[in-house]
Amino acid sequence: MKQVFKRPEALVDVPFHFCPGCHHGIVHRLVAECIDRYGLREKTIGVASVGCSVFLYDYIDVDVVEAPHGRAPAVATGVKRACPDNFVFTYQGDGDLAAIGTAEIIHAANRGERLTVVFVNNTVFGMTGGQMAPTTMAGQETTTTPFGRQTDTNGFPIKMAELLSQLPGTTFIARAAVNTPKNLMRAKKLLRKAFEVQTENQGFGFVEFLSACPTNWKMSPEQANKRVGEEMIPYFPLGIFKGELK
Amino acid sequence: MAAIEFIEERCKGCGLCVIACPKELLKVSSHLNRAGYPVSTIEDMDACTGCALCAEMCPDVVITVFK
Ligand SMILES: Cc1ncc(C[n+]2csc(CCOP(=O)(O)OP(=O)(O)O)c2C)c(N)n1
Ligand code: SF4
Ligand code: SF4
Ligand code: SF4
Ligand SMILES: [Mg+2]
Repeated sequence: MKQVFKRPEALVDVPFHFCPGCHHGIVHRLVAECIDRYGLREKTIGVASVGCSVFLYDYIDVDVVEAPHGRAPAVATGVKRACPDNFVFTYQGDGDLAAIGTAEIIHAANRGERLTVVFVNNTVFGMTGGQMAPTTMAGQETTTTPFGRQTDTNGFPIKMAELLSQLPGTTFIARAAVNTPKNLMRAKKLLRKAFEVQTENQGFGFVEFLSACPTNWKMSPEQANKRVGEEMIPYFPLGIFKGELK
Repeated sequence: MAAIEFIEERCKGCGLCVIACPKELLKVSSHLNRAGYPVSTIEDMDACTGCALCAEMCPDVVITVFK
């Protein structure tokens, strides 16, 4: 028998601190698989954000800069321009990318920076205890919307993939999910493409991952996976919004 | 012939491998690891096809697959 599934080499062999059933663990592994696949371990510089994925540097076996909250695309711009031969990615939550860091992501994308952005949308500020994020679904109960998000006063869940795909500076923009094996296998292909647009010097690549946060959703991991399929995907459709798989 | 292995101490009992297995071979048992989580186990290894979907879905990279 030969080994058909193993831990990627770029994923440090330590336990994750994430809650049971948290999709950050899956997305971290997919990033490490891509780093292995394209042989990028010695030339990758990651830029971590603030949120439950703040310990990226403990898990991915590459150099990582920790950016202030929301500023990862600005920090990554500096890193990539100073070291254009390195592979540079950011890994950001929805509170980070779509709230405090909205300006940074929009302008990095609009400038067409040669970056790969991994965006983990779990519809809440996970790390700080489940406050409403711009991505929170209409009606969703959070600690700051105890009666559910009211769109007339709290606005609508923001669709970052669609929004960024409108910018002429972007090259590849997609949305994926990892709640079922089928969606996960598709997600791998989309993330590879977001890596390739940088390794082939074509431009800005972005993948939004719809992700479960069972803890702040107050659900079992199984219920949380169902919620991704039943509530999130109908509003945040999966697919490619800019570019194509070759 | 196929086989899977668990790094039991890394398992958090989330059950995502259980819902991923197309042959419904896995279950979260009542056995606890040192962290206090109930761990996933396979009932009938002979029926495993080595498809690796359980390992793909595991957020904690607990499962390795041989085929
Ligand atoms: C400048 C600044 N403002 C606020 C915070 C508090 N804070 C820490 S994490 C976070 C939100 C994280 O949410 P998200 O980016 O969605 O990540 P998740 O934990 O959900 O993966 C906030 C507001 C901070 N650390 N720094
Ligand atoms: S709080 Fe949510 S996002 Fe953070 S580790 Fe737990 S499940 Fe994951
Ligand atoms: S490898 Fe496939 S068949 Fe075997 S336990 Fe895992 S999911 Fe089930
Ligand atoms: S998916 Fe992984 S962590 Fe969750 S129960 Fe299965 S083996 Fe354990
Ligand atoms: Mg979040």
